[in-house]
Amino acid sequence: MRRMRRRGAGMSALIEARGLTIHRPGSAETVLRDVDFRIDPQEIVTVVGPNGSGKSSLVRALLGHMPLAAGHVARRPGLRIGYVPQRVQIDTAMPMTVRRFLSLPRRINDAEARTALERTGVHGIDRRQLAQLSGGQFQRVLLARALLHRPHLLVLDEPTQGLDQPGIVAFYQLIADLRRDTGAAVLMVSHDLLVVMRASDRVVCLNGHVCCEGTPEHVSTAPAYRALFGAEAQGALALYRHHHDHAHDDGCLADDGRGHAARTHHA
Amino acid sequence: MLDDFFLRALLAGLGLAAVTGPLGSFVVWRRIAYFGDSMAHAAILGVAISLAFGMSIYAGTLAVAIAMALLVSALVARGQVMDTMLGVLAHAALAIGLVAISFVPSARSDLAGFLFGDVLAVGWTDLALIWGGGALVLGLLAWRWQRLVTATVNEELAMAAGIDPRLERLILSLALAVVVALAIRVVGSLLISAMLIVPAAAARGLAATPERMAALAALIAAASVAAGLWASLHLDSPAGPSIVAAATLFFIIGQVFRRG
Repeated sequence: MRRMRRRGAGMSALIEARGLTIHRPGSAETVLRDVDFRIDPQEIVTVVGPNGSGKSSLVRALLGHMPLAAGHVARRPGLRIGYVPQRVQIDTAMPMTVRRFLSLPRRINDAEARTALERTGVHGIDRRQLAQLSGGQFQRVLLARALLHRPHLLVLDEPTQGLDQPGIVAFYQLIADLRRDTGAAVLMVSHDLLVVMRASDRVVCLNGHVCCEGTPEHVSTAPAYRALFGAEAQGALALYRHHHDHAHDDGCLADDGRGHAARTHHA
Repeated sequence: MLDDFFLRALLAGLGLAAVTGPLGSFVVWRRIAYFGDSMAHAAILGVAISLAFGMSIYAGTLAVAIAMALLVSALVARGQVMDTMLGVLAHAALAIGLVAISFVPSARSDLAGFLFGDVLAVGWTDLALIWGGGALVLGLLAWRWQRLVTATVNEELAMAAGIDPRLERLILSLALAVVVALAIRVVGSLLISAMLIVPAAAARGLAATPERMAALAALIAAASVAAGLWASLHLDSPAGPSIVAAATLFFIIGQVFRRG
């Protein structure tokens, strides 16, 4: 029940949202309804959910990029966020070296650039054109840029899209290393169920509302989660059974008294 | 050999080139060539209105170009397909402008000048406006450079850094409207977007960073102005089209020496 105490700790959250409701821009269609969310220092939280479940909308709302229809978001004063948006594509119409890209919008010196690129394992590519990098290299450059201003929180929206399986595993290992070395909390949106859940402290399963949340193992056994992801969820479960031989008793939304099964019925 | 009119033409062209290099680079980066085209074509309507009401053609073209930019933004916000809509607006503006100008007797004889430019007829007042307006636009771009480039690379990265992409887009649209108005005398309504796009496209393959591309585009535009005016003087070719033809030659050379 350690998790419950942390959730109740109040002041320490980096971002805390209550009762978030978001409409699709320019319409009254509800994307997210009545979502509570918080992330604490040094925590790795992953938001999973099917396409159109409101994962990216949640992230944008937490960052303050999107108007809220209801609820509120509190970001800790002075919170520095490093952000890697979904599907960043560098148009080939614009010449852009890795080094120049790192200086957008705030100019940094060469030493800062070198440190950041080394940290994400892509040192020595300063002079390469962004458009010529592989998908994995480009994600690491985006991550290096997000790390430049010593963020308290890294926000990564589908960071492994377009990577192959070994690339995905290596990327999540890098995230874990970065959290250990920099102390930054990490908020990820992903649909790489198998790998991402292992790399997370807490998983939030989203489908227009919070279906269930808790430790990776707890979520992967939750009926609401398995109803959403079907066969893929079975695979994740098998993986957990394989890697965890002890029991977890962390509650899924137990602390606010709303069972995930009951909430699923509201969908 | 440098007669007064030729010197004025050269200075006007160089003043314009200094602005179309960097601004044209943004047009290329953002893939808004058609957007620039529709503003430039609308300038003909601005000329007709200016002449009919006896006001400065710079004021008229600027007003119509800004109106065009706002109209496009409004239609895009309402969910219209950008490409199709610009195709409609660019040609509609040109056609309506040509019809309107046919009702202004004093303008009919000058029509070619407004379509293709009449840089050899540029006066000192025109020159002052081109340099003043050009300096204004360059100053604006320099002031907001980091924000403009970031918003052009990726709007979400820009927002995360506290930049409002819509504001930067608006600033570029306004700068474009000013340049359209400044360029109408030099290269005319039909060739304004060529002055924006061709030098920037020529510079693209030769530059590694946005800044170098913008500077190189300005240099290529300046060299095109000089070469085009030289051709106009010695071969008696029309000045505006000669400038654009020279820029195209630089574009071809640039393709040959493209970076890998």
